[in-house]
Amino acid sequence: MTHELQSILARHHDDPTRLLQVLREVQEALSWISPESIDYVADQLNLPRARVEGVAGFYSFLHTNAACRYRLLFSDNITDRMLGNQALLAALCEKLWVERGHLSEDGLVSIDTTSCTGLCDQGPALLVNGWAIPRLDAARLDQIAELILAQTPVAQWPGELFAVEDNIRRADILLGHELQPGDALRAALSRGGAIEAAANARSWREGIPTAEQGALTTLEEIKKSNLRGRGGAGFTTGLKWEACRNARGPLRYVVCNADEGEPGTFKDRVLLTAQADLVFEGMTVCAYAIGASAGKTKGFLYLRGEYRHLLDPLNEVLARRRAANLLGKGILGQAGFDFDIEIHLGAGAYVCGEESALIESLEGKRGIPRNRPPYPVTHGYLQRPTTVNNVETFCAAALVSAQGGDWYRSIGTTKSAGTKVLSVSGDCARPGIYEYPFGVTVRQVLEDCGAANTLAVQISGPSGVCIAVDEFDRRIAFEDLATAGAFMVFDASRDMFEVARNFAHFFAHESCGFCTPCRVGTAMLRTTMDKIAEGHGTLYDLAEIEKLDRVLNQSAHCGLGHTACNPTLDTLKRFRPSYERRLKSQDFEPAFDLDGALAAARRMTGRDDAGAHLSTEDA
Amino acid sequence: MTDTFQLDGEDVSFAPGQSVLQAALAAGRYIPHLCYHPEFKPHGSCKVCTVKANGGFGNRYAASCTLPAQAGLNVESETEEMNELRRTLVQMLFAEGNHFCPSCEKSGNCTLQALGSDLGVMTAGFRHFYPDRPVDASHPEFLLDFNRCILCELCVRASCEVDNKCVFALSGRGLDKHLIVNAASGKLADTDVALGDKAVDVCPVGVILKKRVGFAVPIGQRRYDQRPISAQALDDAPRQAAVGGCAACEGTS
Amino acid sequence: MSQKIRVATTSLAGCFGCHMSLLDIDERLFTLLEHVEFDRSPLTDIKHCGPCDIGLVEGGICNAENVHVLREFRKNCKILVAVGACAVTGGLPAQRNHLSLADCLQEVYVTEVSLEHGGIPNDPELPLPLDKVHPLHEVVKVDYFLPGCPPSADTLWKFLTDLLAGRTPSFAPELIRYD
Repeated sequence: MTHELQSILARHHDDPTRLLQVLREVQEALSWISPESIDYVADQLNLPRARVEGVAGFYSFLHTNAACRYRLLFSDNITDRMLGNQALLAALCEKLWVERGHLSEDGLVSIDTTSCTGLCDQGPALLVNGWAIPRLDAARLDQIAELILAQTPVAQWPGELFAVEDNIRRADILLGHELQPGDALRAALSRGGAIEAAANARSWREGIPTAEQGALTTLEEIKKSNLRGRGGAGFTTGLKWEACRNARGPLRYVVCNADEGEPGTFKDRVLLTAQADLVFEGMTVCAYAIGASAGKTKGFLYLRGEYRHLLDPLNEVLARRRAANLLGKGILGQAGFDFDIEIHLGAGAYVCGEESALIESLEGKRGIPRNRPPYPVTHGYLQRPTTVNNVETFCAAALVSAQGGDWYRSIGTTKSAGTKVLSVSGDCARPGIYEYPFGVTVRQVLEDCGAANTLAVQISGPSGVCIAVDEFDRRIAFEDLATAGAFMVFDASRDMFEVARNFAHFFAHESCGFCTPCRVGTAMLRTTMDKIAEGHGTLYDLAEIEKLDRVLNQSAHCGLGHTACNPTLDTLKRFRPSYERRLKSQDFEPAFDLDGALAAARRMTGRDDAGAHLSTEDA
Repeated sequence: MTDTFQLDGEDVSFAPGQSVLQAALAAGRYIPHLCYHPEFKPHGSCKVCTVKANGGFGNRYAASCTLPAQAGLNVESETEEMNELRRTLVQMLFAEGNHFCPSCEKSGNCTLQALGSDLGVMTAGFRHFYPDRPVDASHPEFLLDFNRCILCELCVRASCEVDNKCVFALSGRGLDKHLIVNAASGKLADTDVALGDKAVDVCPVGVILKKRVGFAVPIGQRRYDQRPISAQALDDAPRQAAVGGCAACEGTS
Repeated sequence: MSQKIRVATTSLAGCFGCHMSLLDIDERLFTLLEHVEFDRSPLTDIKHCGPCDIGLVEGGICNAENVHVLREFRKNCKILVAVGACAVTGGLPAQRNHLSLADCLQEVYVTEVSLEHGGIPNDPELPLPLDKVHPLHEVVKVDYFLPGCPPSADTLWKFLTDLLAGRTPSFAPELIRYD
C-alpha cells in the first residue's frame, strides 16, 4: 500500500492544495480510503489528520468505511426514476444478494444511489467505481452481474457498456462552428489597441499585469458581445473578466466550472466531448484578456467526478494543444504568453458547482461556499484574482474572440446575446442536446424534441422553475426563463408531487451542512415530503414548507439553500391537486403512523390483542 | 471623523474592518448571535445574527457577523421578522441534535438554551431527528457529548487558531456533518488536547465538558440564571476582535 | 351552579414533577381555587375527564395508553396545554429515541442480569410501548406550550392568571426555562 500511496503523493508533489486529487486517486487505487492511508497522507502533506478525514468525509465518492471491489451507484434523478431505475436497482440487489446501501459480506459489491449523473438522455445510468454506464436495461444488468460474479476487473469490462452518446439534435453557432484549434486565439493576438498605453500606466502603479498586444481589445470584444454566464446566474462575462483583470496582484487564475451537477443538465458533458478544443481555447483567450498569461499562472478545469470517463480524453486534447503551441510557453510564438491548464476532478458534491465552493475544493478542502464579499475575481484561488466561468461560457467567449462582439450580439434577444445549449430529457421522443438562439419558446423546444401530452417542464433543474401548459409560450432567455440548460419534460402520466419529492431528497443529500437553515431545513423539507407521501400530511405541513422556504431565503448561506424549496412551491402552486389528494381531510393528523409505532412492541411481546393496536382516529 | 450606520434607527459608529455585529456589540447594542465569538474570526454559519440590511445594493438579509459595516447602511435587527427567524433557527438546532436540558450539566450556562429563552421560544416547533451520536468518555479529563453539538466550529477555530493543535475538525456533509477529533482511533484520549486549551473552554453548549465539575453551581446562580444572554453578551463584547483565519475551518478563508 | 373554570390535569410519560410545581404556587392555590375547579386530576382522583375549559397535560407519549388519555383530554378540553419539557419535546423519556425499541426491551428484560425472571412482559393489561417517545403535538393539536422541567410555579401561575383574565399568556425570559 505504501508504495502506491508514495507514487500518488509524488505525482502531486506532496502539495496539500491537491488533497482532494490525492484522496480520489487513493480511492481508485485501494477501493477505499483506509485509516492508515489517511494517516499516511496527512503525514506526507503535513496536515492535521482530522483535516484529511474531514475532506474525505465530505465527498460522496470517497469512502472511508471499508474496501469494496465494485461500488455501484445508480443515478437517482427523477428522469432515471421515470425510466425505471428503482426496479433495476432492486433486481440487481437480488441478483447479487446484497441489500441496498450495505456492503456485501465478502466486501465484493455495494449498491446504492447517487445524485443525477448527467446521463438523463440515455438513462437509467449508474457508476461502477466511478465509471458511467448508460442505457441500463435487464440485459445490461445481467451482463454487469455476471462480470461482478466472475470478479472481472472493471478495466476489462466490454467498452460498449461505457459508450456514452452525444445525442446532438440541434446545432447552431456553437455546436456548428467551423473554427480550427487556435483560430480564436490568433484572432485575439492579432488585435491591436490604442487604449494600451493608458492601461499600462495604471498597471504599473497598481501592480496589475501589463497588457499584451490585443488583450484589452479582446476584452472589449467580450464586453461588446454582451455575453452572459451560462451557469445560470447570467453575470456579464466581460465585466467579470474586467474586474479580474483590474484586481490587484500579479497572479491570476482561470477556472472552468465543469462541475455540472444540476439534475437534468448534461450539455457540458457533450461540450467537453465534442468541443473540448473550443472550451480550452476560450479559457486561453480569457487568460490572455485578463492578464493571466504573464508569469506563473494557471488554468484549471474542475470536472465533476461523474465525468471521470472524460478525464483521459480531455488530457489528450490538452497534450495535443501543448504540442501545437496553443498551450504552454510562448503560445503561438507570442513571447511571455505562458498559460497551461490542469484538470481537477471532483468527487460527488453538487455544492462545488457554486464558484467559491469550487475554489475551496480546488484548494483541497471541503467544498463549503465562502463568505462574499470578497468575490473570486479579487480573492479566488489561493486568495488571488480568479475568473470562474461555465464550460459553455468559455466556448462562447472563443466564438466571440474569433468572430467579434457585434456578430455575437446580433444573435439572440436584446438582453440575451447568442445561443443556449439545452439538455432535453424526460418524456419526449428525442432527448439530447439542442442549441437555440436565445428567445426560443418552450413550445418550440417541446415540438422539436417530440414531446406529446406535456404536463410540465422543469427549466434549469430543481433550483430553476417548473412551468405548466399555460406558460409554454415563455421564452428561454435571461429576461424570462433563465437557465443553466436543463429542460426536463413531464407528460400527463406523471405525478408532479413525486417530482418535487425527488428534488427535495436531492437538496437534502447535497446540502454542505455549513449553515443551520440549509443543513436542517433541507432535511426537514425531505421528511415533510416523505410524511405527505406516507399519507400523514395535513394543511399544517404545507404551511411548514412555506415557513421553511422563508427561513431558507432569509438566511441560507448560498443558492442551494435559497432555491431548495422552489420545486415544492412551484408544483404546489401549479399542481396542487397532486398534493391535496394525499392530505388528510381533518385539520389534524398525527405526525406518524400510530399503529405502526406499536409494531416493534407487538413483535417483541407476541401480542396482537385489541389493546395492542391503535386506530388512526379515536373510537 | 467616524463612519456610522443605522441599527434599528439609531446611529452606530464603526471602525474600518468591523462587521455590523462587531460594531453593534462594541457600541453596546445587542444582536442575537451564537457561532460568533469575539476572539475568533467570524464565519457566519449559525445565521442567528441575520439582519435585514438596506444599502446601495438594495434590501438583503445577511449574517451580521460577516456583513462588513458600511457608512449609510440601514440595518434592521430588533424586529418581529428577524426575531421570528431567529426563533426558528434555534428550534432547528434543538430539533437537529439531542438536547435534553434537564439532564445536561451545561444547563444554565448554555448559549443555545439562553438564546431560546431570551427569544421566547416556547415549543419544539419541528419534529426532532433524534440522531444516534455515541459519547466519547475516553479522555481522563474531558467528556465529549456529541448529542448537543450545534456545529458552530468554535472548538475547531480555537484549537487551530489559538492552541495550534487542530484537535477538532468537521467531517460529513448536510445533516450527517459532525465533529471529529484528530486521532486515528477517533477517540479524544488519543489526541493532544489538554487542560488549559482554549478549545475546551469555548463550547457554547454541552459537548466539551470537564469531568468531575458538573452541576457544581446550584440552579439560580448559573450564568444565565442571573442575567439574560442579551445583557450578558454585552459584558463580554468589548474584547479585542481577532483577525486571521484557519485553514481547517469552514467559510473563513 | 358553577361559574368556575373546569380544569383537568394528567401526567403521561412524565414524573408528576409538573404537578408538584403546580402545588408550589403555595398560598396562591387558594386564589386559584376561587376561580377553578378540578375535573380529572391526581388531585381529585376522578378517573375520566368530562367537558373542561382547560386541560393541563404533563409528560410525553410513550405508549398506547398515553395516546388514549391524551385523546380523551383533547376531545373534552377547550384549551389543551402541553406542560413541561416532556409534553413539549418528549423530554427525558425521549432519550431512548435514538435506540431501537427492540434493543431497549432486550436490554432491560432479557440481557440485564438483575432481573430474576427475565422475559419481556406481554400481559394484555399492560400498555404497549411506542417505538419512539413523542411530544403531545405530534398526536393531537396543542394550544399552548409551557417548557421547563418543571415549568416554575411562577410560570404556571402567570400562565393560568393570564388565561383566566382572558389575556394571551406571555412570559418574561426568566419564566422561560428548559430545565
